[in-house]
Amino acid sequence: MDTTGTLFLPPAGSTIASEVDFQFYFIYAASIFFFAVVTFATLLFIVRYRRRGEPTRSDAPTHNTLLEIVWTAIPTVLIVIVFVMGFRTFLKMNVVPGDAMEVKVTAQKWFWSFDYPEGASTVNELVVPVNTPVKLLMSSQDVIHSFFVPNFRVKMDVLPNRYSITWFEATRRGEFDLFCTEYCGKGHAEMIGKVRVVSESEYGQWLEAGSGPAEGEGLVDYGRRLYVSKACNTCHSVDGSANVGPSFKQRFGNSQAMADGSFIMVDENYLRESILNPQAKIVAGFDPVMPTYQGLLKDREVDALIEFIKSLKEE
Amino acid sequence: MSTLEKAIADTSYLNDPPGIKNWLFTLDHKRIGVLYLYGIMASFLLGGIFAMLLRLELLSPERVLMDADTYNQFFTLHGAVMIFLFIIPSIPAALGNFVLPLMIGAKDVAFPRLNLASWYIYVAGALICLYSIIAGGADTGWTFYTPYSTETGTAVISLTFGAFVLGFSSIFTGINFIATIHKLRAPGMTWFKMPLMVWALYATSIIQVMATPVLGITLILLIVERTFGIGIFDPAMGGDPVLYQHFFWFYSHPAVYIMILPAMGIISELISTFSHKKIFGYKMIAFSSLGIAFVSFLVWGHHMFVSGQSEMAAMIFSFLTFFVGIPSGIKVFNWVATMYKGSIDLKTPMLYALSFLFLFCIGGFTGIVLGSLAVDVHLHDTYFIVAHFHYVMMGGTVMAFLGGLHYWWPKMWGRMYNEFWAKISLALIFVGFNATFFTQFIMGSQGMPRRYYTYVDTYHRLHAFSSYGSWVLGLGFVVMAVYLIHSLFRGSKAPANPWRSLTMEWETTSPPIAHNFDRPMVLEHGPYDYDVIDPRKRLDDHRREVAK
Repeated sequence: MDTTGTLFLPPAGSTIASEVDFQFYFIYAASIFFFAVVTFATLLFIVRYRRRGEPTRSDAPTHNTLLEIVWTAIPTVLIVIVFVMGFRTFLKMNVVPGDAMEVKVTAQKWFWSFDYPEGASTVNELVVPVNTPVKLLMSSQDVIHSFFVPNFRVKMDVLPNRYSITWFEATRRGEFDLFCTEYCGKGHAEMIGKVRVVSESEYGQWLEAGSGPAEGEGLVDYGRRLYVSKACNTCHSVDGSANVGPSFKQRFGNSQAMADGSFIMVDENYLRESILNPQAKIVAGFDPVMPTYQGLLKDREVDALIEFIKSLKEE
Repeated sequence: MSTLEKAIADTSYLNDPPGIKNWLFTLDHKRIGVLYLYGIMASFLLGGIFAMLLRLELLSPERVLMDADTYNQFFTLHGAVMIFLFIIPSIPAALGNFVLPLMIGAKDVAFPRLNLASWYIYVAGALICLYSIIAGGADTGWTFYTPYSTETGTAVISLTFGAFVLGFSSIFTGINFIATIHKLRAPGMTWFKMPLMVWALYATSIIQVMATPVLGITLILLIVERTFGIGIFDPAMGGDPVLYQHFFWFYSHPAVYIMILPAMGIISELISTFSHKKIFGYKMIAFSSLGIAFVSFLVWGHHMFVSGQSEMAAMIFSFLTFFVGIPSGIKVFNWVATMYKGSIDLKTPMLYALSFLFLFCIGGFTGIVLGSLAVDVHLHDTYFIVAHFHYVMMGGTVMAFLGGLHYWWPKMWGRMYNEFWAKISLALIFVGFNATFFTQFIMGSQGMPRRYYTYVDTYHRLHAFSSYGSWVLGLGFVVMAVYLIHSLFRGSKAPANPWRSLTMEWETTSPPIAHNFDRPMVLEHGPYDYDVIDPRKRLDDHRREVAK
C-alpha cells in the first residue's frame, strides 16, 4: 500500500477524502495563525511588562469597543465558512449516488460480514472494485458498532434493529484497515477487518471464483485460512491460551467439561453443532456469547474448519 | 510566635471549634470546602492510578499487565471517577465552597445545612460508585451506551446509581450558590462589581440545577430497563438506543461547561491579580459565561454526528457548536489584553494561568476541527477526540484548578507552598501532559480508534511515546503532593494578602476566622480597581486596626 499521507492524516483512498483533508488543513492553518497571535502576544507582554520590584499601576484602557467588535467578527466569519464547507461535504457523504453497487454489512461481536448482490459473502474482508461507488446497507446483530475506514474518511454507526447507510468510492487499489469505533465489549479492539480494493476485472474474477479452496490446497490448509478470514481467531487461539472462547489446541478427541457439569467427547458432530448452533452446549468457564455461523459458512467450509481443528490435536 | 500570630492561629476556622466531630458536623462553608477537597484529591489520585495503568498497558499491543476485560473496566472507572467524583465537584464544590462567601463578603453560604448534606451525599455516591469495583466492575465506558450497558453482565447498576446519587450533591451545591449569590452579597456589591469567579460560579450553578436532573432520569431509566426488562433503550425489547444518547448528552454536554466555566472564572482572577491590572472587558467576560451556559444546552447532538440522527439535526447542532467557540475565544482575547501594560508577576498560580491559556487554546481549536461535520466523521471516536477533551478538561480545568489551589492555598491553610518546587512540578506536568496527549492528536487523526485494548502495529511508536509522557506527568504530581503536604507542616506563615489582590477574600486573616470577617463587609472598591487602589496600603491600615 502507498505510504504517503501526512503527519496528521493517513493516505487518502476515496473520492471524499480530498475535501475532508482540505477542510482539516484549512482549520489547522487558521488555528495556527490565531494560536501564534495569542502565544506571541502573551510572551511579548510577559517579557515587556514583567514586574520588577513593586507593582506599577497601569493607565491602559479596560475596554475598547472597536477592538472587541473586530476580534468577535473575524472568528465569526471564519467559523461560518468552516461550517458551510463541512455541511456541504457532509451532505455528499450522506447522499448515495444512484448507480452505486450495494453491499449488505452485518456487524456482530466481534466480526464483520458482507453480502454481495451476486450472492457471495465474506467475513472481515470487504472486496470492492476501484472507482465504483459502493453503498453499504448496515445493521447489527447485537450492540452498536461503528464502521470506520480511516483511509476513506468514512464512518457510520451500525445499530441493531435498524439500517444505517453510508457509501464510498475507492480511488486506489490496495488493502485498507476497517475498524470498529463504537465500544462493543471484550473483543472491540480485535474487530478489525480489511477493505480490499481491486480492479474491475479482478473483482469479476473474484466473484466467479467464489471463496472455495485454492487449487491444490488441502482441507486443513483451507481450514487454516478460513480460521483467519472467518474471524474465528478473534476469540479462539491455537496456542492453548484461553481468550473469549476456548482454544482450539488439543481440543479434538478429548473429554471436555461443560457448564452444566456434564462431560462431552469432542468429535466432528460436536464441533459442527458448536459452529452452527453455538448456544447448544457451553464449555465450562466461558460465556455463551458466540453468534451462529449458520448461513455464513458453506458445508465445505465447516468441513475444512473441523479438519483444521482436528489437525491441532497433536503438536 | 507573636501575640498577633497566636491570636490568629486560635481563632482560625481550622481550629475553632476544634475536634474531628466538629469538623464532621460543621456548617462552616470553609470546612465543607476542605472536606470536599479531601474527597476530590483522593478521587484524583484513584483516577490517576487507573490512567497510569491504562497507559502502561498500551505501551505495547501485546498484553503488558492486564487482560481486555480488566482494561475495559479500568477505562470505565478512570472516566467515571475523573468526571463524576473529581472534575465536576473540583472547582465549584471544593474551591468554590471555600471562596464564594469570602469573595462576596458573606459569613457563609445561604443554606449551610444543605451544604453539609451535599457533602455527605457526595461521599455516599462515591462509595456506591467504588462498590461497583468490588461487585465485579462495570465495563461500559463512562457513557453507559445502550444496548451494551443493558446486556453486559458487569456491575453497571451500582456505578450508574452512584452517579445518580452524586447528581443530587451537584444540584444542592448549585441551588445553594445561586441563592448565596443573589442574597448574600456585601452592601455595595452590585452584579457588575462581583468578581468574575462569582459570575462563573453563578453560570455553572444554573447548568447544574437545570441539566443534572436529566442525567438522573436517564440513569434511572437505564437501571429500570436492566432490572425489570422494560424496553426503553434496548431494541431487543422495543426501545431505541439513539434515544439514550440524546438523553445522556443532554446532560453530559452542558456538564462539560460545569467543568470549564468555573475554571475560566479562576483564570480571570489569576490574570488580573498577577498582572496587577484591571481585567479587560469585564462585562464581556461576565456575559460570555452566561452565553456559554445558555448555548451549552443546545449543542448535545454534536456527539452524535455518525449515530444516524437526521442530517438536519446534525446541521443545526454543528452550527450552534461553532457559536460556543465565539464567547470562549472572546475570553481568551480579554485575558491576553489584560496583561497588556500590566505588572506581571510570574508566581506559580500565574504560570498555571498561562499554561491554561496555551493548552485551552489547543483544546478549543481542535474543538472547531471536531465541530465541522465532514471532518468529525473521520475523527469521531478516535484518539483525536480523546486528546481534545483531555486538553480541555485537564489542560483547561485541571490547570485552572491547580492554579486556584495554589492561589488560595495560603488563605486555606495559612501557609505558603514552596515556590521553587511548585515551578519544577509545573514544568514536569506541562511537558508530560503535552508529550502524552499531543501524540494522541496525531494517532487519532491517523485513524486509531479509542477504547482499544490493543492496536495494529502502525500506531505502536505513537502509543509508546504517549505512555512515556504519562510517566513525566505522573512524576510532576508526585512532586506536587510532596511539597504541598510539606507546606502544611513546615511552610512559612502566609500573610493575609500575599498576592496583593483586591478581591474580598484577601481582606481577612490567613486562614480566616470561623465567621470569615471581623467586621461587616461593605464594598469600597471594585474587585479589579488596580488603577486606583494600592492593596498593600489598605492591608497595613487594616492590620493596625486588628492589632489594636
